[in-house]
Amino acid sequence: MSSFFEMPTPIAARRLFLGHSGLVLSGTAIALLAGREALAAQSGVADPKDVQILNTALGAELEAIAAYQLGAESKLLQKPVLDLALAFQGHHKEHADVLAKTVEKLGGKPVAAKANYNFPADQLKSQADVLKFAAKLEQGAVSAYLGAVPLFANRDLSKAAASILGDEAMHWAVLRQALGEVPVPSAFVA
Amino acid sequence: MRAARRGLVGALAVCALASAHAAPDAARGEQLYVRCMACHALAADRVGPRHCGLIGRRAGSVAGFDYSPAMKRSGIVWNSKTLDRFLAKPLAVVPGSTMTYDGVADANERADLIAYLEQANRSSECIGLRG
Repeated sequence: MSSFFEMPTPIAARRLFLGHSGLVLSGTAIALLAGREALAAQSGVADPKDVQILNTALGAELEAIAAYQLGAESKLLQKPVLDLALAFQGHHKEHADVLAKTVEKLGGKPVAAKANYNFPADQLKSQADVLKFAAKLEQGAVSAYLGAVPLFANRDLSKAAASILGDEAMHWAVLRQALGEVPVPSAFVA
Repeated sequence: MRAARRGLVGALAVCALASAHAAPDAARGEQLYVRCMACHALAADRVGPRHCGLIGRRAGSVAGFDYSPAMKRSGIVWNSKTLDRFLAKPLAVVPGSTMTYDGVADANERADLIAYLEQANRSSECIGLRG
């Protein structure tokens, strides 16, 4: 039997270790997403579908970071709104960071940010345009996480995704408020 | 009295039937499409591929888009029937797809979404891409 100490790369060693350990991924998943490395080190074998769900979410988070960067650099946002946009971008960076780490911990390869994103930059001519653009992305993110939550084999990952969903929903509500819209338009999200 | 009650029951039954089989509405579909906008756009590839040109397109065939192997070998051609089936449970229809979304359970909502996608495919935004 090969020792995981003999593996050529840390990833190979981890895969071998996880394969032999027979541990089942448990409540440590939520610790993974919270970035608590010591607890995360106890993780076990993951469902490949869970890794794919996390990677799809990661791709959307990386795009959201780039979208807020576009807004921040547009010179269309006035100071209080700019601060808000940067704070929300910071949340997306935190989401992306823990999603990427979790994908790695589970033996997957995190997707990378694209070199270019196809944003409708020519349609952003005012602060309201930027806010509407961001609000639609956040609303879409709420729906995307809602659609992902029931799919995880590991219910702790569902819980973690629901935690991110809650954050995205708050972003969406605050952006609606900034646009002068009813911040919470209904009792349920879809 | 009995006749009035029969009339009311009949009217309610007609309403229920109308609700269950409402004609697909592209305007409602456009509102529902916001749910897709974390990953998709009409005219640009994002986390998911563009939707312009979707109707009649073979799944996994947008040049330059990084599809899952499962989607590329699915053999699906997108039309109202295949979209309805896929949107109901994406991962059940194409296991291994990167569209990790539970699906649109409501058949009327799916019909509205598909009506919007069909309408959008005929829009100037999409037709302009073909040029």
